[in-house]
Amino acid sequence: MFKPMALAAAVLATFSLNAFAAKTELTVYTALEAEQLKSYKEAFEKANPDVEIKWVRDSTGIITAKLLAEKARPQADAVWGLAASSLAILDQQGMLQSYAPKDLGKIGANYRDAANPPAWVGMDVWAATICFNTVEAEKQGLTKPVSWQDLTKPEYKGKIVMPNPASSGTGFLDVSAWLQTFGEKQGWAYMDGLHQNIGQYVHSGSKPCKLAAAGEFPIGISFEYPAVQLKRQGAPLDIILPKEGLGWEIEATAVIKGTPHEEAAKKLADFSASAEAMDLYKENFAVLAQPGIAKPQTELPADYEQRLIKNDFAWASKNRDEILAEWRKRYDGKSEKVVAK
Amino acid sequence: MNSNLALPLPHKQVRQSSTAEIGDRIFVVGGKIVLLVLLGLAVLLPLLAIFWRGFSNDAGQGGGWVAAKELVTSENFHWLLGNSLKVSLSVAAIVVPLAYLFAYALQRTLIPGKGIWRGISLLPLMAPSMLPGIALVYLFGNQGMLRGLLSDNIYGFWGIVLGEVIYTFPHALMILLSALSLADARLFDAASSMGASPAKAFRSITWPATRQAVFAAFCLVFTLTITDFGVPVVVGGDYQVLALEAYKAVVGQQQFGRGALIGMVLLLPALFSFGVDAWLRRRQGDSMSGRAQVFKPLPSKWRDGCYLVIVLLICAALLLVFGMAVFSSLVKFWPYNLSLSFNHYQFNETAGGGWLAYSNSLKMALGTALIGSVLIFTGAYLMEKTRTQRGLNLTLRLLSFVPMAVPGLVLGLGYVFFFNLTGNPLHVLYGTMTLLIVCTIAHYLTTAQMTATTALRQLDAEFEAAALSLKAPLYRHYLRVTVPICLPALLDIVRYLFVSAMTTVSAAIFLYSPDTILAAVAVLNMDDAGNVGGAAAMSTLILFTSAGVSLLLAWASRGLLRRSQAWRQTAPGH
Repeated sequence: MFKPMALAAAVLATFSLNAFAAKTELTVYTALEAEQLKSYKEAFEKANPDVEIKWVRDSTGIITAKLLAEKARPQADAVWGLAASSLAILDQQGMLQSYAPKDLGKIGANYRDAANPPAWVGMDVWAATICFNTVEAEKQGLTKPVSWQDLTKPEYKGKIVMPNPASSGTGFLDVSAWLQTFGEKQGWAYMDGLHQNIGQYVHSGSKPCKLAAAGEFPIGISFEYPAVQLKRQGAPLDIILPKEGLGWEIEATAVIKGTPHEEAAKKLADFSASAEAMDLYKENFAVLAQPGIAKPQTELPADYEQRLIKNDFAWASKNRDEILAEWRKRYDGKSEKVVAK
Repeated sequence: MNSNLALPLPHKQVRQSSTAEIGDRIFVVGGKIVLLVLLGLAVLLPLLAIFWRGFSNDAGQGGGWVAAKELVTSENFHWLLGNSLKVSLSVAAIVVPLAYLFAYALQRTLIPGKGIWRGISLLPLMAPSMLPGIALVYLFGNQGMLRGLLSDNIYGFWGIVLGEVIYTFPHALMILLSALSLADARLFDAASSMGASPAKAFRSITWPATRQAVFAAFCLVFTLTITDFGVPVVVGGDYQVLALEAYKAVVGQQQFGRGALIGMVLLLPALFSFGVDAWLRRRQGDSMSGRAQVFKPLPSKWRDGCYLVIVLLICAALLLVFGMAVFSSLVKFWPYNLSLSFNHYQFNETAGGGWLAYSNSLKMALGTALIGSVLIFTGAYLMEKTRTQRGLNLTLRLLSFVPMAVPGLVLGLGYVFFFNLTGNPLHVLYGTMTLLIVCTIAHYLTTAQMTATTALRQLDAEFEAAALSLKAPLYRHYLRVTVPICLPALLDIVRYLFVSAMTTVSAAIFLYSPDTILAAVAVLNMDDAGNVGGAAAMSTLILFTSAGVSLLLAWASRGLLRRSQAWRQTAPGH
């Protein structure tokens, strides 16, 4: 029902002389953490009082699948906060409207689509982290892992949770990073070993850290945002950055091609790349797309940005389907049999 | 409705009767046609859409004959199917005997406090199916309070089985309660005078009279379990089942064809049990004659003591689970800070859908209860009390039995396929509250309709004959006589629809949009995001809302019975 109304509102907004400006309702797809949505929306709407954001939020894999499924009839006007490797797939499908936001010049060269004008522009970086529950570790006599390889040690059998890469962007960046740093063959061999120790694969990237914080499973493969947040709330967590390097992703913004609200969507893209927005992001993330704004997070080491691996996003998004199919074949829905072998 | 539109006629008397006639015709024929259209749109076409979608091979949708063959022959599918069957059979094998003992205790013994036990046993109906799962995690998860009692954590087969046992218990219980409520005392007198032991009497009288209900309960529990994903999603761990796979295929991977194929597989057990049940019913026929005397159990200390222990154990288990869910929703940071707070109820700070979801659920439940009860009760009245358009009546009756055999998950998928079709003018409804209400009414139609029909059949057809001879229009008779008399049954339908709408997740999960997110869906989303405390809090809120509304309606119904339904007590045989 609201679609025709939104259309009417858009028409009104275009023709009105701002005297009785009706708000444009902008449908924005996102994989941002739910806690972040409120402040981001408020800040954007404060800067753009004529636009109202309607969020559709889910995990990275699900939002990506939804966008692809709606290709013939896009429901989204813009995407704010989705993995760059997912946006690259949408771009290959011709679903993104290239646009250079006002502050594009200030965005670091690594953190935007290379094309000009770019199809997507980065916001911040999120990276793999191990959440390690110190209370449970002591109780269960677990040594603290320091590397990814450590996680395959038999002492962690059934103690590790990780996100399912098919639904979670964090899960995918882990898998993609292991394949890149260890090489494809060793990468899969590593995951075979890790699989023996996995207690559960879960739907979202933040859940492993929450489960670790609650001691339900002492080790969670997650990312730094929930780890830092939970530690600040007093959870007995050690944030471990494995020494082989951290897989990472860019959280980015894009305009959907053919949206009836292109102006409003571009305003969103402008805002997302602005210094004002970076001030929001810096509360949650240690590495930002605009260099020089980030403030160090006390929970993370100073050389955090240097620990990120050299990440080939083009490779990751090109091979995403095959990687996920292989992962599903090996570990999804067959966990019992693999363990039995 | 439009009776005033009749042309003015010269004679007053003629005019009066013809207005009434036209009004009746609009009421009866118009009403039936409206119902037919609604049932077609809300039940039949969505179901057909599943088959259409399952066998059409659009790229990337995972449907079509080739995909179907691939799915059915794949190792993964066998694993999922095997898991689903194992879980569902185990649950049914555990629940049905327990529910039988419980129902027997309530109907055939003299244990004290029957009302309380009955109330407690209905608790699982008041909350979404995720709640037992969440409570089990807090009880038997790695940090669970009673973790020490088990050798391994709860995630997996036993977690799903235990959760489903709790969730399906009241469903089986209600069927068995009604089966055990009917008994002819004369048979038991004859048995005891011939020297038959109580065990022998049970084998030759009670069991034959109730075994069909046992079968029906078994089928219902099996179907509910195999199509539920609320429990597996919370405590399943890596033990996956078909229902979860359908949910993941559609919501997670947007593979509608694959979802439709699995939906069709899940439809099979429901259709099978529905068919066998109908066949058994016809074979059994009426076992109670009009001269039957109501069976009244004799006091027996030993028997009543045993049954009281069983009932107490079951109720204690249920209270433990539900108490745990409420408690965990109040704990600040499980398991390291057990001080109590309402932090988890601050929904707007976290993922899910927050208070919007809760208020949406209230709106949806109210809409479903009010619109649904009016439509269903009026429909039942038209089908029961009119002798014209027999063919139409039969079609309507058949159509309104279909939802009984269709699991919510499958119905929800059908709605996605049908209402999301390119070119369907009803697409505007997609994602709206209206569609959620329509779908929920359709999902719970059959049970509500059966309640209405039973109440209407108790009314003598003479009422309608009298109205006819007085030339009073039928619709007026319906509003002034039938509805007031049947008010208790009507309130029962309102309660059933309200509670079902508050707790349902199976169909709604596919149909909500950000504006129309529901509380039960928020529970699922919060659990997915790892916010188990919030999920417990929202479940608790649903539990208390459903229970509160149920109590309120029960109280209203009792007040009404006392005031306007005094005639019932004087009527013989009631």
